[in-house]
Amino acid sequence: MSSEQQYIDLYTEAADLIKRHSAGVLNAVRDKAFADFKAQGFPSRKVERYKYTDMARLFAPDYGLNLNRLEIPVNPYQAFKCDVPNLSTSLYFIVNDSFYTKSLPQAYLPEGVIVDSLSHVAAEKPDFIEKYYAKIAQTGEDSITALNTMLAQDGLLVYVPRNVKIDRTVQVINILRSDVDLMVNRRVLIVLEEGAEAKFLFCDHASDDRRFLATQVIEAYVGNNAGLELNCLEETHYRNTRVSNVYIEQQSGSHVNHNVITLHNGVTRNRLDLVFRGEGAECQCNGCVIADKHQHVDNNTLIDHQVPHCTSNELYKYVLDDEAVGAFAGLVLVRKDAQKTASQETNQNLVVTRKARMYTQPMLEIYADDVKCAHGSTVGQLNDAAMFYMRQRGISEREAKLLLEFAFVNEVIDKMELEPLRDRLHYLVEKRFRGELNKCEGCKLCK
Amino acid sequence: MLEVRNLHATIAGKEILKGINLTVRDGEIHAIMGPNGSGKSTLSAVLTGNPLYEVTDGVVIFEGQDLLQMKPEDRARAGLFLSFQYPVEIPGVSMTNFMRAAINAKREYEGKEPLNAADFMKLMREKRKLVDLDSKLSRRSVNEGFSGGEKKRNEIFQMAMLEPKLSILDETDSGLDVDAMRVVADGVNKMHNDTTSAIVITHYERLLDMIKPNVVHVLYNGRIVKTAGPQLAREIEQRGYDWIKEAADAAFGE
Amino acid sequence: MEEKNEKNAYVKQVAEQKYEFGFTTDVHTEIIEKGLNEDVVRLISQKKGEPGWMLDFRLQAFNHWKTLKQPSWGHVHLPEIDYQAISYYADPLAKKPVNKEIDPELEKTFDKLGIPLEERLALSGTAVDAIMDSVSVKTTFKEKLREKGVIFCSIGEAIKEQPDLVRQYLGSVVPYRDNFFAALNSAVFSDGSFVYIPKGVRCPMELSSYFRINARNTGQFERTLIIADDDAYVSYLEGCTAPMRDENQLHAAIVEIIVNDRAEVKYSTVQNWYPGDENGKGGVFNLVTKRGDLRGVGSKLSWTQVETGSAITWKYPSCILRGDNSVAEFYSVAVTNHYQEADTGTKMIHMGRNTKSTIISKGISAGHSQNSYRGLVRATANADNARNYSSCDSLLLSSECGAHTFPYMDIHNESAVIEHEATTSKISEDQLFYCNQRGIPTEQAVGLIVNGYAKEVLNKLPMEFAVEAQKLLNVSLEGTVG
Repeated sequence: MSSEQQYIDLYTEAADLIKRHSAGVLNAVRDKAFADFKAQGFPSRKVERYKYTDMARLFAPDYGLNLNRLEIPVNPYQAFKCDVPNLSTSLYFIVNDSFYTKSLPQAYLPEGVIVDSLSHVAAEKPDFIEKYYAKIAQTGEDSITALNTMLAQDGLLVYVPRNVKIDRTVQVINILRSDVDLMVNRRVLIVLEEGAEAKFLFCDHASDDRRFLATQVIEAYVGNNAGLELNCLEETHYRNTRVSNVYIEQQSGSHVNHNVITLHNGVTRNRLDLVFRGEGAECQCNGCVIADKHQHVDNNTLIDHQVPHCTSNELYKYVLDDEAVGAFAGLVLVRKDAQKTASQETNQNLVVTRKARMYTQPMLEIYADDVKCAHGSTVGQLNDAAMFYMRQRGISEREAKLLLEFAFVNEVIDKMELEPLRDRLHYLVEKRFRGELNKCEGCKLCK
Repeated sequence: MLEVRNLHATIAGKEILKGINLTVRDGEIHAIMGPNGSGKSTLSAVLTGNPLYEVTDGVVIFEGQDLLQMKPEDRARAGLFLSFQYPVEIPGVSMTNFMRAAINAKREYEGKEPLNAADFMKLMREKRKLVDLDSKLSRRSVNEGFSGGEKKRNEIFQMAMLEPKLSILDETDSGLDVDAMRVVADGVNKMHNDTTSAIVITHYERLLDMIKPNVVHVLYNGRIVKTAGPQLAREIEQRGYDWIKEAADAAFGE
Repeated sequence: MEEKNEKNAYVKQVAEQKYEFGFTTDVHTEIIEKGLNEDVVRLISQKKGEPGWMLDFRLQAFNHWKTLKQPSWGHVHLPEIDYQAISYYADPLAKKPVNKEIDPELEKTFDKLGIPLEERLALSGTAVDAIMDSVSVKTTFKEKLREKGVIFCSIGEAIKEQPDLVRQYLGSVVPYRDNFFAALNSAVFSDGSFVYIPKGVRCPMELSSYFRINARNTGQFERTLIIADDDAYVSYLEGCTAPMRDENQLHAAIVEIIVNDRAEVKYSTVQNWYPGDENGKGGVFNLVTKRGDLRGVGSKLSWTQVETGSAITWKYPSCILRGDNSVAEFYSVAVTNHYQEADTGTKMIHMGRNTKSTIISKGISAGHSQNSYRGLVRATANADNARNYSSCDSLLLSSECGAHTFPYMDIHNESAVIEHEATTSKISEDQLFYCNQRGIPTEQAVGLIVNGYAKEVLNKLPMEFAVEAQKLLNVSLEGTVG
């Protein structure tokens, strides 16, 4: 049976069940998503944006799904005491693909802000959700987005009204918790109205040794002059597969800082589609990957400059050890009217062993003439002169190598706006390189 | 302290050092002068174990140990320090982390406990004053964005931190104005005593007015072709190298 | 505002400039029936008096081609070509007796192109193989080269006279299975150049071939095979033109280069096929597979190309760095104007140890054209110490055109050092103003700046070619800034 067939069969048999346990407004797009998924199937490696990751293979194993929305037997607030020093956050949990609604820290949120279960809000305010849900995440263009849209029943909704700023970081911990191999389909919708500001920290963890397959679609609407910081930290384990599609739409004068850090995983595929719809907007999108053993990390980005006077910056860095495979493909698309675009894309990679492999593909597609665009990509090793300099000061070869590796990835971490988070990540990265973080033991941010 | 016998070394198959003999005793300062391309920097690189160079013959004994068998970091921990002619910039590695790693590596080698944070910072402050180095520099990345003079002072600062037995100053004076050179020389002189030694590699006599050598050698075409007292530096300043070159060319038939 | 007008006037003037080489030659040409089937393949082989092994090669390729579909990838809009509407063989010499003198009309054609066909005209000391439509017309300086042991002749001749060399190498670098157009070429190629430089010989002069499509509704499928044996050196130049035709003409060539131990080959191209008119009508589809196999230790191959013509270009001169210490280079200037589409670049496949490659690509887009760089750098697991440096810059001269960069890097070796950088920009107003302030009018300033921009590549061309290429750039572009 082909990989897609089991999902086609699943939906054919279970569509009613899924819909029964889900809000009408989410159900409204399900059948269309199913048709799109059926039409596309899983992308083969001949599909340009999926060249480096074999989707059919990832989705082939048989996973369980919680379509009946059975309640989660754990209280994550007790299981996880997350406290990054000096970073006070409003903490939320998504256990598998269900938003944990008990004991919510509502008190920290300003007036009018909603941070809640997507399915809950979808039932209460269908008109509002209908306006945004599955709009920028088009099911006809990506079959994983189609699959997620056809199966997703819950996730997170964040709404920040006009000119409201949330000072406290919204931290969302995605916990994978199951006694059987499990597939989860999460959905996140973030709406920042004009002038609104919010900072997010998404942390992915797996608390069990089961095989997990997570699909995630994040849609973020960033209004005029609004500001979004979206940090995603993945720290799961080698049996975990995550396919995350992030869609961001920016209106004029808005700014986005998006950071994706992969510390531990099995197979990770991150797609980012960011589109500038209003002039004078800016984005800074960064990624940092530390991979070893048989880890596979594929970041695929599209920055779509549709309007003039926008600025995009991308910096992705990989350190690949053992037999890890890394891929980075980033397209900067500058459309005909997007004059005065400034864009810089950089991908730098350290390949430490012979069996590790790196594929890199920085791309520019430009239809406007008055632009300044550049990209650069390097694959190489640590600087010999720096190594010798350190050794001449008595620092061992291993220690010198570690220091240079931290320095290499710290350049990405230092672009994050949240200082306490930066400090914590410096610490985590160092531990990761020293081999002291061999597998996820729950929330490493907290210990 | 240091005994070099018949040292030959190549880089990429090309022989640069063609039989160096040199003895440095405790408390001595040796100057090595010589025209460009004579092998001065190669000598410092080979002594400190730069992997770019291959030693093809010869023996080096440092404090009773067979230096050429030791890894670069062990040579450093045993007390050999090189002030680089071109200190490399290491973006992203702060001076503080770098120095702490170096100090504690040395202490571990000597069987001592690592320095605690407070003592380490205190030591940093103390030694910084020696070379008049700004406290902000220690928060920056190693040598990154440092001016030429700052880089050289930073080398001497590290020397003060690590308290080596034998320091090799590879053209530490190049690119420095007189005032900066004075700061560097004062730093070196303050650290010098009966149990430490130095090899000062330079083109110019000027630095040797401030750091007084016991012996001056001229290195030419991979060999030490002349050795004399401090007055040799002055003579070279006045007469250049040609007279020495001619004599050497005649002696070695090149 | 006045300046703007001045620019516009100049753009108009350039836009109306006619393609200089758009004449047809009135010679008797034998063209076989349109269409492609096994009989046509047999007929081509028969007309050329080929041995049986060559026919077998063609038939194998043809049978494979029948199983393939025309590819649709690349940043070009290649229409479905009706392969049955093309004639696969056109021989401008057919009416002439064997052992012919060249038709004076034909000779005039080559004169117009500035090709020194007659040896007395060949003051530049360049040996020329001229190919009109499908047939090699004349090779100059043949005897002089023979003295050195250099073989420079048409591939048709080589098949007959050097069967061992041709059988050994033909299809060994670009097998017919490589791609759709390679299969097509392998089945129907009619002529091309053959070069063999024996061990230790430095070819005493530049070798050059000129390609020209003349007859209507014919495809040109030339095939070039260059073998540089150990310690040999050769510099080879290729120039291309075609008459103006309303319909599109198909050009699907293969170039194979074999470089043995310590040998060096320089391959330069100035491609100026008819690009179509200012509305995008007509023009040549230039769909070419060029590849060099650096088999030898310390071998060196350098591709230099100046691409100004063709409606659609689809071309990636590539290098397989198989030999240890081999060195490969790719220098390219691609200019597109009006409705031209170019998707060009290179592949550098590092397989041996200590191999090194350099890629310098300059794209210049004007009018409504689309200009893409597409390149692959791969370091395989055994390619220790592979080094690559790539720099791909694009210059945009109008707001209607597109400039794209699609580099792919696949690194499977930890000791590889690969660097890629690319920039896209327009001619800076500061530079233009600076020139204006010194009294240089805008159109001339643009010409200066564009030539300066392309200089790094033009400098790699042999002298005569460099001058020609510079003129071409000026004709194609000067003042198109808008």
